[in-house]
Amino acid sequence: MIRRRQVLASTAVLAAPAIVAKANAQSAFDWKQCKGQSIEINFQLSPRGDLVRHHIKEFEALTGITAGFEQIPEQQQRPKVAMEMATGHPSFDVVNVGMHVQKKLVETAHWMEDLRPYLADKSLTNPDFDFGDFSKPSLAVATAADGSVNVIPSNQDLFIVFYNKELLAAKGFTAPPKTYDEMYAMAKALTDPSKQIAGFVGRGLKNANVVLFDNILLGFDQETVTPDGKKLLTDTPAAIEAGKWYQKIMRDCGPPGNIGFNWNECQTTFMQGRAAMWWDGIGFSAPLLDKNKSRVTDKVGFAPVPAGPKSHNAATFIEGIGIPKAAKNKKAAWLFVQWITGKDMMNEQLRAGAGTPPRLSCYGREDIVKSSAFPKEWFDTTGISLKIARPGLPVIVPVTEFRDTIGAGLTNIVGGADVEAELKKATEAFQPVLDKANAG
Amino acid sequence: MSATVAMASGPRAYGRRYWVFAVPAALVVLLVILFPWIFTIFMSVHDWKVSGDTPYVGFANYAKMLHDQRFIGAVWRTLIFTAASVIAPLVLGVWAAVCFSSNFRGRGLARTLFVLPMMATPVAISLVWTMMFHPQLGVLNYLLTSIGLPPSTWVYDGSTVIPTLVMVETWQWTPLVMLIVLGGIASLPTDPYEAAVLDGASAWQMFRHITLPLVMPFIMVAAVIRIIDALKTFDTIYVITLGGPGSASETVNILLYQTAFAYYDLGYGSAMVVVFFILILLISMLLLRLRQREDLR
Repeated sequence: MIRRRQVLASTAVLAAPAIVAKANAQSAFDWKQCKGQSIEINFQLSPRGDLVRHHIKEFEALTGITAGFEQIPEQQQRPKVAMEMATGHPSFDVVNVGMHVQKKLVETAHWMEDLRPYLADKSLTNPDFDFGDFSKPSLAVATAADGSVNVIPSNQDLFIVFYNKELLAAKGFTAPPKTYDEMYAMAKALTDPSKQIAGFVGRGLKNANVVLFDNILLGFDQETVTPDGKKLLTDTPAAIEAGKWYQKIMRDCGPPGNIGFNWNECQTTFMQGRAAMWWDGIGFSAPLLDKNKSRVTDKVGFAPVPAGPKSHNAATFIEGIGIPKAAKNKKAAWLFVQWITGKDMMNEQLRAGAGTPPRLSCYGREDIVKSSAFPKEWFDTTGISLKIARPGLPVIVPVTEFRDTIGAGLTNIVGGADVEAELKKATEAFQPVLDKANAG
Repeated sequence: MSATVAMASGPRAYGRRYWVFAVPAALVVLLVILFPWIFTIFMSVHDWKVSGDTPYVGFANYAKMLHDQRFIGAVWRTLIFTAASVIAPLVLGVWAAVCFSSNFRGRGLARTLFVLPMMATPVAISLVWTMMFHPQLGVLNYLLTSIGLPPSTWVYDGSTVIPTLVMVETWQWTPLVMLIVLGGIASLPTDPYEAAVLDGASAWQMFRHITLPLVMPFIMVAAVIRIIDALKTFDTIYVITLGGPGSASETVNILLYQTAFAYYDLGYGSAMVVVFFILILLISMLLLRLRQREDLR
């Protein structure tokens, strides 16, 4: 029986000596330069946070820094971070920022320390750190328009398709779907209400559903807002087509009540073998292989999202780790940031299935694949998805309000409302909010 | 002797002599209650965001509420949710109190079991209910289908979400009403009942014409507490539905939390708090007035 935490704990034990030994071997760099100092670290509750918690003692042993660590669910962490930053007295020296939601906010508010001077200072940054190793999309998200680097990218979540091999095989399907049309046809064939089997499960709940819709829309080669972040594109012909496809797969092939499903309800449904396919973030993979939670551990398959009529893209959501301008111990904080986003810990993140690192050097390594609890298919899916990754949310300040407003329309669409009318209504409701935000 | 001196010098002189003793309490009230209120009102007349300028906008935030369909919808949902979450526990609580006031074997154990939901943490029980409501995997649909009834979508459908949330509230807070009314019933005199029995009154007639009028002040107390509690309900709704599906269970509390802490529009959120506070105050005053009238009768 493998539990996610056991996987993390056991891999931590196996990997710890190697990580510490390698770090110590870099004798040119003084990891002990802030010995005796203390830092406070604030993370979102996620497998990445669990990874930090399991390895934090190694960081303390390496640097002599005492690290306080706090993990909060993202829906509470985001407002907490924003409020504390706004007061100018945050309680943390290091913070985990969901850049897909808060990029524009942290940039306009100038809350974060520009990390360029730290990266340029050889006495502060390990020569092995290699900032050029990070993927271009992740660096674009980490860097503001003025060139300042607000965070170091720490995770690049990707949307993929989880599928139940046994259910697919029972209906004669030998491979996951390659296109939207194929996915709908398969999902329809796999849906069996008498056995309470849904062909497809996906997010229907307001706010949460927007990321799924956004990914579907990417298949029509369109995003939700113009590149300058000024005009909504959520009522265009492509958006309406995407809405119709979302509506038909959710209504014809989804489980009852999917109108109120967030990722956790989808995950539970899939883990209990009640859904044949689930379109969501790769970061939710680990519990599917946990025999204490999942009934599909030996049946789960991983595949890139299908190609849309005009484009083939996996929505990506990038997190980063940074230092608030008002942090008390910035040098010690920087040592933590470069340790957790360094090559060793990023490799460990991938191997433990705690996330998909934005470092390119992590991929294509046989040693990681062999020592991981995840199958090769998972790594192949990750590699392909990284190549077709495209931002899943617009870079605007009011991201949450955008998700709520458009998401309410999408929920109505899943409920059977007219797609065009709902998308136009939601677009009209949110455009003034976006205009006001852009006006400053 | 000292009492005589104090009396002789009058209450004003007493106040002048001992005002210093009231200062700590007054300071606490000022800091903990008054200051947040004044600051909330101050924010409500500004375009207050988490970053940038906070220009004065007068009553613009209040005016916006009049045309904000989402806010108006939330007010209606709050009132509907409150009405249902008060009436159902009141009816069931009074009924339970009458049952528990009579002597029967195992009454103590039954009372203890009955009040257990009230002792549970709302967030914890909300999480348990959420699992039970799952349309495919929840135990509630398993029980329904086991006895031949069709499954429900519970909180996963706009048409059933409010009644389902009211069911959770009723389950948790009926014991509170029962306890208050039970205390009232225990204090009632026995004479009217003896006279009624001699006159040949039925159990229903005794309840309708003796018990109910006599315990009405206690029911009013329970109603006031429940109304204030139901209007303020946040944790249950936030944990179970987050105001969804869509906006089907978005009450004013949920909306103002979202506005202030998810959209970071603290000015508009503060204006909602002020309006909502006035609403609660008016309803509470109305109920207290009704109770006073009941007492006088």
